[in-house]
Amino acid sequence: MMAFYFSRIVEIFPFFLKGLWMTTQIAFISLFTCTILGFIFGILRSGKNIILKRLVGVYVAFVRGTPFVVQVFIVFFILPEWGIQLKAFQAALLAMAIMGSAFICEIVAGGISAISKGQWEAGTASGLTLIQQLRLVVIPQAMKVILPPLVGQYVLLIKDTSVVSVIGVMELTRVGWVTVMRIPEGLMVFSLVGALYFVISYPLILLSNYLERRMAV
Amino acid sequence: MLADFNFRIIFEYLPLFLTGLRSTFLISIVSIILALVTGTIACAGRISSIKLLKYPAIAYIEIIRSTPLLVQIYFLYFGLPTLGIRVPEIQTGIIALMLNSGAYIAEIIRAGITSVDDGQIEAGVSSGLNYFQRMRFIILPQALGVTVPPLLGQSIVLVKDSALLSLISVMELTRCGQTMTSERFMPTEAFLTVAFFYMCIYFCLKSLADWSQKKLIFREAY
Repeated sequence: MMAFYFSRIVEIFPFFLKGLWMTTQIAFISLFTCTILGFIFGILRSGKNIILKRLVGVYVAFVRGTPFVVQVFIVFFILPEWGIQLKAFQAALLAMAIMGSAFICEIVAGGISAISKGQWEAGTASGLTLIQQLRLVVIPQAMKVILPPLVGQYVLLIKDTSVVSVIGVMELTRVGWVTVMRIPEGLMVFSLVGALYFVISYPLILLSNYLERRMAV
Repeated sequence: MLADFNFRIIFEYLPLFLTGLRSTFLISIVSIILALVTGTIACAGRISSIKLLKYPAIAYIEIIRSTPLLVQIYFLYFGLPTLGIRVPEIQTGIIALMLNSGAYIAEIIRAGITSVDDGQIEAGVSSGLNYFQRMRFIILPQALGVTVPPLLGQSIVLVKDSALLSLISVMELTRCGQTMTSERFMPTEAFLTVAFFYMCIYFCLKSLADWSQKKLIFREAY
């Protein structure tokens, strides 16, 4: 019986690869948007504008305080009530962007706060504008603090893409779920799914470990 | 947008939400205790010099850390019955959370132990303390300060992760939101209430974590 199921799984393996492709797509798009948004929010969070700072703080607290699956449900079920119709794929990307940017925001804000005030002052004294100070002085130095946890966060984000399967996005976990309904061999199916996730995220974990060692002072 | 937010329906469903909150709470506490045990064992294996213990521990930690929790939950939920093991969903969920958090906790504890300087251990050896005495009097008291704040961080993650158990129909907080949505179709009220309860748990644990962090700095000042 095992052998029979195994051959069935080999047969439908292209289906898994499709799921893997979908996961990769969601992961790449959301890593990209999360990084950009996260940096913007992180800079605002460590900026001088009190109102923006507080707003970002509330946003971060909300995202960090609630489970991602609840956020996915909020995006997918509540936005349509307010007249914003989203397809599952778009809702997944939006939820990922909301969640990821909040976590990256904290990492970036932490990195910026690690830079001493003297660096900012030196920038001002050299006649750099605020943007130039950030771009040329602060961010390059902060990157040393930001990079290792950022890559670690990327791993978490890739793994969190599995949660968007709950709204029916046909990614890897969903493929496993659909398959296990037809081929009742849970161990085999989800080992395969797990192995495919391992292939994407393990290199990043190694990179994160390497950066951590490299950047450690 | 929120003009027709219906508080009455929330009050009507409040008992359901409270039972959900209670089971989220219980699941989290049981899982975190079991995960601490698992993590300690895995960490002991990870740092031991016996290869037969070390490599399985490394494999366990790395596999857990590089696959999503949801896949691990499904693996147990759909996989255990094929092995002939039939347990209720809630136990499957607790096992999944235990194994998942255990791997992260193992790494946290390891970071704590390796943060203790080698010289301290050598001093212990030369004072004639045996392994357990060194652990008890030198390493653990120092390592605990480094491990407690991230452990509380991990328990925040675990509480949030327990929301995924709703997908294998464990009746916890998120599942209550889903139930209310399917019965009344009021997702706004349902999921914002769920989010509110999670926020409450989050802020309690967060202030505890911040407090322990402050205590830690206080201890280092000595």
